[in-house]
Amino acid sequence: MKAAHYLRAMQGIIARELWRFLRQRERFIAALVRPLVWLFIFAAGFRAALGIAIIPPYETYIMYEVYITPGLIGMIQLFNGMQSSLSMVYDREMGSMRTLLVSPLPRWFLLTSKLLAGTAVSILQVYTFLLIAWFYDVEAPLAGYLTLLPALILSGLMLGALGMLLSSVIKQLENFAGVMNFVIFPMFFMSTALYPLWKIEESSELLFNLAQYNPFSQAVEFARFALYQQFNGEACLYTAAALVIFLSLAILGYNPSKGMMKRKGGG
Amino acid sequence: MRNEDVSVLAVENLSYRFANKRALDQVGFEINAGECTILLGPNGAGKSTLFSLITHLYDSPSGSVKINGFDVKKQSCQALAKLGVVFQQSTLDPDLSVLQNLHYHAALHGLSRSEAATRIEQELSRQEMFERRFEKVRQLNGGHRRRVEIARALLHKPSLLLLDEPTVGLDVPSRTAIVNYIHSLCEVEGIAVLWASHLIDEIHESDRLIVLHKGIVRAKGTVAEVNGLVGATTVSEAFQKLTEDKTGQEA
Repeated sequence: MKAAHYLRAMQGIIARELWRFLRQRERFIAALVRPLVWLFIFAAGFRAALGIAIIPPYETYIMYEVYITPGLIGMIQLFNGMQSSLSMVYDREMGSMRTLLVSPLPRWFLLTSKLLAGTAVSILQVYTFLLIAWFYDVEAPLAGYLTLLPALILSGLMLGALGMLLSSVIKQLENFAGVMNFVIFPMFFMSTALYPLWKIEESSELLFNLAQYNPFSQAVEFARFALYQQFNGEACLYTAAALVIFLSLAILGYNPSKGMMKRKGGG
Repeated sequence: MRNEDVSVLAVENLSYRFANKRALDQVGFEINAGECTILLGPNGAGKSTLFSLITHLYDSPSGSVKINGFDVKKQSCQALAKLGVVFQQSTLDPDLSVLQNLHYHAALHGLSRSEAATRIEQELSRQEMFERRFEKVRQLNGGHRRRVEIARALLHKPSLLLLDEPTVGLDVPSRTAIVNYIHSLCEVEGIAVLWASHLIDEIHESDRLIVLHKGIVRAKGTVAEVNGLVGATTVSEAFQKLTEDKTGQEA
C-alpha cells in the first residue's frame, strides 16, 4: 500500500467533511450561535457576580468574557465531536459509513482520518468564533491565535475520539439524545470552562476532583494557556493520553470481529 | 481480459451467528472471472450477512473468504482493493454532488486526481449520467442514483462486483437496463459478479445460481444444474422447492 494512497484517502475524507460542512450552512450557524449566546448573554449577565482573581496564564484582572472564551472554544469542539459521532451513527444507519469501511485501507487509518476531518471543521468554527469575539473586545495577543492552533488540533482530536467511541457503542440514533445529556452537559459543567478550579474547590471537594480529572478541563486549560502563548505541559499530556485511550477504544469498537455494524434486515 | 480459470471469490466453510441466531452455516462457493452468480434467497436467508462478511464489515470466527487469493481477514487491504460494492441501501451522500461522491470514492481507492477525473468521465458516460455530474444526489431519482452507485463501484476497476439487491424499488426500464449492463460487464470485461436477489426474472440462462435459505446453501451451479437437482423445469419452481424444505439439509 503506497504512501500516496494514504495521503489521497486522507485528503478525500477531509475534503468530504468540509464539503458537507459548507453545504450545511445551518449547522455552521448553529455551531456559532451556541457559544455566542454564552458569550454575549450568559457572560455579560454573570460578569458582576463572578469575579475572577489573577490566575495563570492571565497577568492581570480579566473580564469574565475573557475567562470563558477558552471554555467556549472547548464547547465548540465538544459539540462538534458529538455532532461528528451523531453523523457517524446516522451514516451507519443509512449505510454511507460502509463506503468508508470497505475501502482498502486499515481501519485505524480510516477512523483517524475521519477524526482529523472532524477536527478541521471544528477549527474553522473556533476561528470564526474568535473573530466575532474580537469585535466584542475579547482579544488575545495576535501570536496567541497561532500558538492556539496545536492545542485546538489536540483537543479537537481528543473530543472527536470520545464522540467516535460513543458512536461505536451506540446502536441506534434514538439512543443518542440520552448520551448527549449524560456526556456533554456533565463534561461541560464539571470543568474549568465556566469557573476556575479554585472557585469550584470552594463549593465542593468532590466537584473539584471531578473537574480536575475531567479531560475536557485539561483540553480547555491547554487552549487557555496556548492562547496566551504559554505551554501547559500537564494539560497537554493529559489531553494526549485521553486521546490515545479514546481512540484506541473507538478503533476496538469498530473492529469487524466485534460485529458492531448495525445489522440491516432483509437478507 | 477474461480468465475464467481464476477464482476471484472463494468462500469456504463460512459460519456466523447473531447472539443465539444462526445466520450462516458452513457456506462455501467459488466465483470465477466473467461469471455472473445470482445469490437467491428469501428475506432473512443470510444474503446481507454474507455480503457483510465478504466486505469485512463483519469478521467470521470460522471459515474463510478470499478475493483474488487474498484472505479478507488477514490481508483485508489487498482483498478489498479489487472489490466493488453496491449496497442494498443507497450509500451516496445526498448533500454532495455526483462528482464529489465519486471523487471521494476515488480518493479512498488511491486514484490520483487526474486518474479519477478520467475514470469518472468514462463510467458516468457509460451510465449516461455525465451531464448530471454537478447535480446533488438528493435531486436524482432512484434509478439514477443506482446508476451513479454502479459507476462508483466500477471506478477503481474491480475484478469482483458485489450487488446487494440493486434493483429493489426501481421501475421496469431501470431494472432491465441495470440487469443488461451488469451482464455485459461479465461477458465483455470479465468481471466476476455476485448479485443478491430474490427476483427470479433477473436471472439469465448463462448465470450461475446459489440458493441460500436459513443460512445454508441449498443448491449451487448453473441454472440447468439447479433445476435438475430438484426436478424443476423453471428457476421459480426450483427456488420454491428448495426454500420450502424446512429440514435444514443442504441439497
